[in-house]
Amino acid sequence: MKLTFTPEELEFQSEVRAFFQNEIPADIQQKQDRAIPLEPEDTRIFHKLLYDKGWAGYNWPKEYGGTGWNAVQNYIFHSEMADANAPIIIPFGVGMVGPVIYTFGNDQQKQRFLPDILEFNTWWCQGYSEPGSGSDLASLKTRADRDGDHYVVNGTKFWTTLGQFADWIFCLVRTSSDVARRQEGISFLLIDMETPGISVKPIITLDGTHEVNEVHFENVRVPAENLVGEEGKGWTYGKVLLEHERAGTAGVARTRYRLQKLREQAKRSVRGAPPMVEDKSFMRRLAEVEVNLKALEYTDLRTLATVASGKAPGPESSILKLVGTELQQAVDELYVEAAGYYALPWVPEQFALDFPDDERVGEGIETDASSRYFNFRKASIYGGSNEIQKNIIAKHVLGV
Amino acid sequence: MDFSLNEVQTMLADSVEKFIANDYDFDARQKYVKSEPGFSKDVWQTMCELGWTAVPFAEADGGLDGGPVETMILMQRFGRGLLVEPYLANVVLAGGALSRLATESQKERWLAPIIGGELQATLAFVEPQSRYEIANVQTTATKSGDDWSINGKKAVVLNGGNADIMIVPARTSGNATDTDGITLFVVDAEAAGVSRRNYPTVDGHQAAEVELDNVAVSADSVLGEVDAAYATLSEIVDEATLAVAAEAVGIMQILTEKTVEYAKNRQQFGVPISSFQALQHRMVDMFTASEQTYSLLVWATMANADRGEDAKQAVHSIKYQIGTAGKKVGQEAVQLHGGMGMTWELDVGHYFKRLTAIGQMFGTADWHLDQLTA
Repeated sequence: MKLTFTPEELEFQSEVRAFFQNEIPADIQQKQDRAIPLEPEDTRIFHKLLYDKGWAGYNWPKEYGGTGWNAVQNYIFHSEMADANAPIIIPFGVGMVGPVIYTFGNDQQKQRFLPDILEFNTWWCQGYSEPGSGSDLASLKTRADRDGDHYVVNGTKFWTTLGQFADWIFCLVRTSSDVARRQEGISFLLIDMETPGISVKPIITLDGTHEVNEVHFENVRVPAENLVGEEGKGWTYGKVLLEHERAGTAGVARTRYRLQKLREQAKRSVRGAPPMVEDKSFMRRLAEVEVNLKALEYTDLRTLATVASGKAPGPESSILKLVGTELQQAVDELYVEAAGYYALPWVPEQFALDFPDDERVGEGIETDASSRYFNFRKASIYGGSNEIQKNIIAKHVLGV
Repeated sequence: MDFSLNEVQTMLADSVEKFIANDYDFDARQKYVKSEPGFSKDVWQTMCELGWTAVPFAEADGGLDGGPVETMILMQRFGRGLLVEPYLANVVLAGGALSRLATESQKERWLAPIIGGELQATLAFVEPQSRYEIANVQTTATKSGDDWSINGKKAVVLNGGNADIMIVPARTSGNATDTDGITLFVVDAEAAGVSRRNYPTVDGHQAAEVELDNVAVSADSVLGEVDAAYATLSEIVDEATLAVAAEAVGIMQILTEKTVEYAKNRQQFGVPISSFQALQHRMVDMFTASEQTYSLLVWATMANADRGEDAKQAVHSIKYQIGTAGKKVGQEAVQLHGGMGMTWELDVGHYFKRLTAIGQMFGTADWHLDQLTA
C-alpha cells in the first residue's frame, strides 16, 4: 500500500497543472468561473488546445494518435482539469465513439473518423435512448433496414445531449427482429446529421435550458459502410463503450472542487450575513458529504490501481456511478441551502460576461445554485439510472 | 377529536377544487407564468369574487372570519393546482399585518382593496443579510417632524415588483438584531426613493430586490405602535409558514399520486415499472412521507388556531418536515418519472421546483430543527 505519486508522476502533475492554469483563454475561464454556459465555439477552442498539446486522446492508445497514458496519468489529468475548473471534454467523440471505432471498426473507418474526432473537427452525439426505451434500452425500436448499399433508418432517438451542435451521431439501431434475444438484433451505426430525413427538436429541461434533443429519422439513407463491426453486435460494442469509461466516471474531482468552493464561500460573510461556518448544522452536513466523497475517492483510486496493474476493474468499480451521482447531488443540495432566500431568484440573463454587476441578483455560488440543483437531478437518471445500476450490481457483482 | 371539515369548510374546499378542475390546468398556469405580470389578473379577480381573499379576516373588516384551518384548506388545494397567483403575499403576509395592526381608516384604505383585488401588496420581511432571522432589520426609519424617512434594502420581496404597496419593517430604535425597536410602515411602491429590481423566481412566481433611499412616509402610514412590531411580525411569519406548509402538503400528495399513475402506465422490460418491488417501496415511502407531513400539518394548524402553548413548536416541526420529507418526495417524483420528470413540458418538475422554493422560504429544515433544539 502506498499513497504517494512517483517523482515522474509528480512532474507530470505540475505540467498538467501549468497547462490548465496558463493556457485556457481568459474569457473561457471567466465563463467557467461564473457558471456562464460556453458557446460551441468556446468548446471547439478548448478541444483544439488539448489537441495542439497532444492531449486530446487522453484515453486513446498511441497508435491512433492518443497519449497512451496509464490509469494514474489519466487520474492526474482529470483531477487537475477539475481543480482548474476547466471546461469539460465533450465525451461523445473522444470518450465514446472513438474507442468503439478503433476497437471494432475497420481500417477505412479508422482513417476516416479518428483524426477528426481527435482534432474535434466533428462534433458527435449519442443516439441510444428512445421515448419508449430508457432503462430498458434493448427494447429500442429505431429500425435500419438494408436496401442495397444502404440502411434505411426510421425512428426517434431521445435525450440526445448537445445534438443541436452535432455533425455526426452514433446510434444503436435494430437491424433484425428475428432473434432469440432482443440484444442480438441491434447494430452500431454512424450517421451524418446532414443526411436528408433527420430532424432535431429541442427538449427543454426543468431548469429551462436546452441541452437535450429529440432526433427524428424518416427514411434516412445511411451508407452500409457506416456500420461499425458486425451487424447484430451493436449491443456488445455499446456495452464495451460504457465499461471503457468506468474508471474516473465518479466525477470525484469535480465534486471535490465544488465542495472547496462551498467551503470558501462558507467562510466569508455574504451581504453582511453571518458566515455559514457559524451554522453548525450546515457544517456538519458539509463534513458528512466530505467523508463520503473521500471514501469514493479511494474507491476510485482502488479501481485505478487495479487497472494500472493491468487487471480488469474489480467489483468496487460498479458503485462509482451510483455513489458519484449521489454525492454530486448532495453537494448541489448544500449549495441551495447555503443560498437561503437567494435560491429563489431565476435570472438566466445574468449568466453573460457583459451583464452589469449592479443588476446581478445573488452572490458567487448562490447565482446558479438552484438551476444546477434542478439540472443535475438528471445525473441519477442518465447513463443507466441509479436503479438500473443497482440491478447490475445485484446481478453481476453480488450474483443474486 | 374531530379531523373532519364542517359544512362551511367543505364548501370552501369544494369551491377551490371545482375551480382548479375546471379553470386552472397546467397549460393555463404556464401561460400565466409567462405573461405580464407573471400571474392571471382574471384568476385573481375570480379568487376575490369567490371570497377566498376574504377568508382569514374578521367579518367587521369585510372578511369571512376564517382562521388557520381555512387558510390550510385553501393553500393545500392551491398546492395541488400549482397556483401562481400571489395569495401568500397579499392575503397572508400584507393582509396579516393590516388585519392585526391597522386602524379602521387604514384598513379601509389598504385591507379592503386587497380583499377586493384592486390593490396588490406584500410584506418585505427579508433583508440581504437577514437569512431567516426576522429581527435582523437594518433598514432604518428616522423621524423628521411628523414624517418618517426610510433607508435600507429588502431582499427577495415576494410579489414585490407587482405590489402597489409594501409593508416595510424598519428599525426605529435599538441594534440591528434586537427584537425591540422594529416598526411597520406602509410604503407606496411608486414613492420617490423606492427602486425595485423585479425578477421571476425558480418556481414561476415573482419577487424583487428593493432599495429604499430616503423614502418619505407620513405618520398615518405607521402600522401599530412604534418600536413594537416584532411580536406581530413573528406571528405573521408563523402563519405564512403554516400556509406554505399546507401548499407543500398539497404538492407532496399530488406528486405521489402522479408518480403512482405514471409507474402504472410506463412500460419497460415488457411490464409496467410499478410491478418492480424496489419502485413500489419507494412509492410507499413517498406516500408515507406525505401522510406523516399532513398529520403534522393538521396538528400545527390546530395548535395555532387554538393559540396553544405548543403553537411555536408546531410551526418549527412542520417546516422541518416540509424541508426534509418535501425534498425527498419532490426528488423521488422526478427520479421515478425518469427522463420525463426532467422536462419543462411535464408538470412534475414544476411541482418539484415549487417544493424546493418553499423549502428555502421561512427557514430551511436545519434552521427549524435548530430552533427546536435551542
